[in-house]
Amino acid sequence: MSNAIEVDDVTKVFRLYSEKFSSLKERVIHGGKNPFQEFYALKNVSLEIQEGTSVGLLGHNGSGKSTLLKTIAGIIQPNSGEIRVKGRVSAMLEVGAGFHPELSGRDNIFLSATLLGLPVKEVKSRFDEIVEFSELGQFIDNQVKYYSSGMYARLGFAVAVNVDPDVLLVDEVLAVGDENFQRKCVERIKSFQKDGRTIVFVSHSPDLVRAICDFAYVLDHGNLIGEGSPAVAIADLRDSLSRNKGHVGGAIIGDAAAEGDPGVVLPADEPIVITSVKAVVEGKQTGDSTRIAPHDPLKIVVAYAAKREVSGANLTLSIIAPNSESVFTANSLDLKTDPFDIDSDGVFELYFDSVPLLDGVYGIAVTINDSTRVPLAWAEEKIGFQVVNPSLVSGLVALEFRVISK
Amino acid sequence: MLDHFQSEEHSEGGDQVRTSRSELHVVAPSISVPKRIVRLWEYRPLLVSMVRKELSVKYKNSVLGFVWSMLNPALTLIIYFVVFQLVLKNGIPQFAIFLLCGLVVWNFFSNAIMSATGSVVANAGIIKKVSFPREVLPLASVGSSMVFFFLQSIVLVIALIIARDVPAFSYLPLLVFAFVDLMIFSGAIAILLGALNVFYRDTQHLLEIVLMAWFWATPIVYPYQQIAVPLMRHGILFLDFISPMTAIVLTFQRVLYAKVSPLGVSHTPVHILPTNSVAWFAGQLTIVLVVSTILFVIALKVFGRMEGNFAEEL
Repeated sequence: MSNAIEVDDVTKVFRLYSEKFSSLKERVIHGGKNPFQEFYALKNVSLEIQEGTSVGLLGHNGSGKSTLLKTIAGIIQPNSGEIRVKGRVSAMLEVGAGFHPELSGRDNIFLSATLLGLPVKEVKSRFDEIVEFSELGQFIDNQVKYYSSGMYARLGFAVAVNVDPDVLLVDEVLAVGDENFQRKCVERIKSFQKDGRTIVFVSHSPDLVRAICDFAYVLDHGNLIGEGSPAVAIADLRDSLSRNKGHVGGAIIGDAAAEGDPGVVLPADEPIVITSVKAVVEGKQTGDSTRIAPHDPLKIVVAYAAKREVSGANLTLSIIAPNSESVFTANSLDLKTDPFDIDSDGVFELYFDSVPLLDGVYGIAVTINDSTRVPLAWAEEKIGFQVVNPSLVSGLVALEFRVISK
Repeated sequence: MLDHFQSEEHSEGGDQVRTSRSELHVVAPSISVPKRIVRLWEYRPLLVSMVRKELSVKYKNSVLGFVWSMLNPALTLIIYFVVFQLVLKNGIPQFAIFLLCGLVVWNFFSNAIMSATGSVVANAGIIKKVSFPREVLPLASVGSSMVFFFLQSIVLVIALIIARDVPAFSYLPLLVFAFVDLMIFSGAIAILLGALNVFYRDTQHLLEIVLMAWFWATPIVYPYQQIAVPLMRHGILFLDFISPMTAIVLTFQRVLYAKVSPLGVSHTPVHILPTNSVAWFAGQLTIVLVVSTILFVIALKVFGRMEGNFAEEL
């Protein structure tokens, strides 16, 4: 399969001015000098994205991931290097880009679609589909300035996904809008994946990347520091966080071992490190994986090693479904549990009276946080426990239900 | 909504393997001028929608709509007719029509480059979010000014009919030539200033002053011969043709006003326009065409060099 996107040795330097002289008058007054500092947003980044894959770009704030996406989109030009993109590109950096408030929804569809590079003939042939997708109905002839923010977002999204792109670039747009809208976005992106389109997705939400992408790159201070499956890339991301901030340590325990990675990373100056995460079923623990039936009780044991005293510590637990989405996340503070004062190695025990889940292998992710809920230590067990469902119902959640005929 | 997804999948079920397009986009520090022109050509639907946007935004809320832009030259015409033919009597026959011939051209030019100068900065929002050839923005300003130009020309034509003036039909093809020159020249200046204004935000204010001087340097209010005679005496007639606008305005006057040396009030001929042949006008317009085209290429090059920093500067 050929490459849809080739990023070849791209460097982007931003100039940071302490005070920007943006008029000729000011430049003359200051003798033409305008002191600036150089900031490398991307340093010799090279990567290739195959056709038909969904790739995530991960990184903390200021890592250059959005800059990379913008250079791929052609919004920013690199200082050196070259990017080659095959096919029609649609960048969703903002929903409703180019809408003019004074124009009607109808006129804005034409304006926005031609802005994204769609020929008028194609806009006309897709017009009904766009209107239908936006659910605006009769309001399509109203001026956009009278739209609610939801209507505005729906129309913008309807245009962006209907330009029939070969390469779709998505920034954090999924973070806006209500739940229904977000679900619609994700669904549409998944249908794009089925069509074999290439998707590049920027996020600092590992959960979304896990849910959507099949490959991910990690950026840190403009450098490409990791690549691989989303799980591996997320581990790289947390490593980079720990290097930058010096107080978050963690690893993917199950997955790292499976893919032959060095395993648990234990940076030297961590105040606290999670050494193991285990699911325990009282009385019937078997080998590596722990099996339960729906509605069985479950105990999770988190062991940690502490170097320094931490007061006001708390714990966040996530149970991760086979499709990589979190089915349950809770923080111990929210359970009205007093914060813990940690001064030496110890163990947390977490009890579930009943686990109403159906078939699948579930992961467990745990963080130990300081009193302000900033993670101090992080660990993820890819294969936490397994639910074996003896009944014939299917799905994710074991709901109790009855049928009554009247 | 779910129905929608299903129906969509169904409709695409026929050709299961979706073949993606193979055209290649290259993002690099600099893109050559021919490639820029090709890309600009691909985005002409955007140019059309941008012009439509500007026009409908401008007149959306006014009842008279486009009539407004015709009212302005019509009123100018009436005022100048009253002032210069009934009150002041400057001796130029049909002075109002003479003036309007040049004014229509000048109004187009100054409107186009004034709005083009602010166009890139005004559209900062989409520049930061969408990739498209940014030259479209100043060119859209030229495009919408062109529509006003045609509306104002209607007033001029009506005035010609009322005054029973006959244009110089043998010179008529020159009008098209001059119009093409005007478009290319305005486009070049528009692109240059649009980019410059991003880095020097006071370009717009400086432009107002420059445009005022430029207006009076062009034979619009006064007849060409009035300035050509003293210039020729000193052998510096070429000075008047440094500005490409001179040749363009002269052509419009020659074709539409058409009176080279009409008889004035005291039955002595008033020398207004050059007596030269069609070939001389064509020659002048060819020079303007060459200069404008070179300027246009330079403008694209300069714009391309500056464009890379637009998203950061705005």
